[in-house]
Amino acid sequence: MNKLFLIIQREYFSRVKKKSFLVMTILGPLLMAGIMVVPVWLAMRDKTEHKIFVLDHSGLFIDKLPDTKEIKFTYGVGSIDAAKAKLKEGTFDLVMEIDIEAINNQKTTPHLYYKKQPGISIEQYINNTMENILFDYRLQGDSIDLGKIERARRPVEIATIKVTEDGEDQKTNSETNMLIGFTLAIAIYIMIFLYGAQVMRGVIEEKTNRIVEVIVSSVKPFQLMLGKIVGVAMVGLTQFLLWIILTLLISTFINGVLLKDQIADQITQNQQIEKVMKNDLTAGTDKMEKVKTPNEALDFMNNLGKVDKTHIALSFAFYFLFGYLLYAALFAAIGSAVDSEADTQQFMIPVTAPLIISFAIAQGVATDPDSGLAQFFSIFPLTSPIVMMVRLPFGVPVWELALSMVSLVVGFLFFTWLAGKIYRTGILMYGKKTTWKELGKWLFYKG
Amino acid sequence: MTPILEVKNIHKNYANHVALKDVSLVVEPQKIFGLLGPNGAGKTSLIRIINQITGPDKGEVLFNGEHLAPKHVDFIGYLPEERGLYKKMAVGEQAMYLAQLKGLKKAEAKAKLQHWFKKFEIENWWDKKIEELSKGMQQKVQFIVTVLHEPKLLILDEPFSGFDPINAQLIKNEILELRDKGATIIFSTHNMGSVEELCDNIALINKAEKLLDGSVKEIRKTYKSNTFKITFKGNMMGFTNALWAGAELIEKNSDEDVHTVTVKMLRQNKPNDLLQAVLANAEILSFNEIVPSMNDIFISVVENKTTLNTQSTFTE
Repeated sequence: MNKLFLIIQREYFSRVKKKSFLVMTILGPLLMAGIMVVPVWLAMRDKTEHKIFVLDHSGLFIDKLPDTKEIKFTYGVGSIDAAKAKLKEGTFDLVMEIDIEAINNQKTTPHLYYKKQPGISIEQYINNTMENILFDYRLQGDSIDLGKIERARRPVEIATIKVTEDGEDQKTNSETNMLIGFTLAIAIYIMIFLYGAQVMRGVIEEKTNRIVEVIVSSVKPFQLMLGKIVGVAMVGLTQFLLWIILTLLISTFINGVLLKDQIADQITQNQQIEKVMKNDLTAGTDKMEKVKTPNEALDFMNNLGKVDKTHIALSFAFYFLFGYLLYAALFAAIGSAVDSEADTQQFMIPVTAPLIISFAIAQGVATDPDSGLAQFFSIFPLTSPIVMMVRLPFGVPVWELALSMVSLVVGFLFFTWLAGKIYRTGILMYGKKTTWKELGKWLFYKG
Repeated sequence: MTPILEVKNIHKNYANHVALKDVSLVVEPQKIFGLLGPNGAGKTSLIRIINQITGPDKGEVLFNGEHLAPKHVDFIGYLPEERGLYKKMAVGEQAMYLAQLKGLKKAEAKAKLQHWFKKFEIENWWDKKIEELSKGMQQKVQFIVTVLHEPKLLILDEPFSGFDPINAQLIKNEILELRDKGATIIFSTHNMGSVEELCDNIALINKAEKLLDGSVKEIRKTYKSNTFKITFKGNMMGFTNALWAGAELIEKNSDEDVHTVTVKMLRQNKPNDLLQAVLANAEILSFNEIVPSMNDIFISVVENKTTLNTQSTFTE
């Protein structure tokens, strides 16, 4: 036991002290924070004010295009050349010419002149507002009551409600569930691949360094294997923990300090745009706005609140750990059977296949979480860590979860035992290319 | 005295071949025991069983009279033929780790390591990484970590490979010193010269079976073929004629009037009879009995020859 602890200690510290660990620890959150922040930042880039000179020959749009924070419309008359001159002078950034037939044409094509290409959002904004104005105008021309249209147009949004065991209703959201499930499944997948491969490399390293025989003369090969698996697991957990902490720190810092104003602006602006779009469609939009939450993120947070967090977190911890342990043992066995990383390929495929299959069926599982397929693969130990994670947010019967967990533990014990047998023979085999047949024989060697 | 190690009727099979077949050995304490045999004979299999890296299919091993058990690993030091250290790990840290795996306490390990590092004058290597050291330097570190915990039984598989002659001598002296301090050494090698130099007893294994064991002296005596080497001044013809039917001339070499001949005694004739017969015709410069080298014995036993091929001229 004491020796196992020594091995774990060495495996842990020799990895944590490496420069690459430090680099990964810092780069990981930067990358993640980047993924979270860059889209926001991109959306906020180029927030300069655009002054648009509108030359409306049709007269329909005059004073009807609402200004936004970044788009200011000015209306005028005259020739297009005179208008274009304003562009050159720099008094306006854009000049839009709407031709006289704009009202009657099947398709209206206003011309937007620029010196510096405007962003796609400006174009879209103009498009949408103009379409709405035209829509209203035509309906009015046909003497159709806009109020009727408004009453006719009602958004539909399904609220899924789970009836829990104790008869309580619980609002759920499939999209949120899927998002949670996939995120957690991917975390497990990353853990298995990143750190399982580290275990494998560690075994190969000991073999190529020829230190393994020295060590197994002091400890049992199984102890060495277990020590490595546990040591690397702790490295993985440390790394994940540091990532979570750093990511939170970085993203709160960026969101809270650097982008505070912009985000607030963005939100009001989104609301404004939405308002504008509906305003033009209908007169009374109050009801509508109550139904539709303006912020999707808020929506997600709401739904997240409805999910049983402790239950999922605990299950996640379990599948995360045991999923890793099971696969790490298999990776260790692969490492022991080869002389170099280049030779691992033939053994890697069958080991990684269940993981990849898991993701392939996860999509189907999310659409029908209680199908026989979903049930089977969320109990089968090689696929359960991923498939069960996807299923879990949708609610899984207690007995199924229990069966899945038990079978994972049994699977872990079985595969570790199996891997141990291959490992203890493999680590002492040099120079020969191992075949599957040979691996099979190793299982029956007496310790 | 209880033997430090007793191997009793060990069998070990692998899927395709028999690695050990009914092998028994007795290793007396405080002796250097040579475990000899050609490549693939089963030596490594036997050594791994003694180190409890693998187990025998049949038979048992006694350590100091007790059944070999996991607790005994702390009393055994093993230097495998396929050996190495973590390349990226610092020398001192690594030595501390391996010493603790052998059951030494941290402080104890540190003190002992400092002693050895001083002895080998390598104190400044402590913080170096293994990959920064030359092969010979690595071997020195490896030797230290093998003997650090003062094992009662030291198993050395080709310990001199990777050493230059000076360092090989240094290690040789350390091995002898360890034996004098009470350690028993099992020494596996293909270098028969070092076997003669170091080993008290040997066992020879070939094709999974033990063919021969005993003390080096006894074995060499057993394999003597009553052959003598004579260097003399005088007439070759006269010498040959003087060898009456009691001896046979095997080989002759002449340098002007100094002749060297190898003569095999026939029947129960004594060297004195031979000397008396030739004295009249030759001035004897030297007269030696040819004792077979371990190398000759090794080759002849492995190749299963009845007579010895005494090409080498090792004499006693």
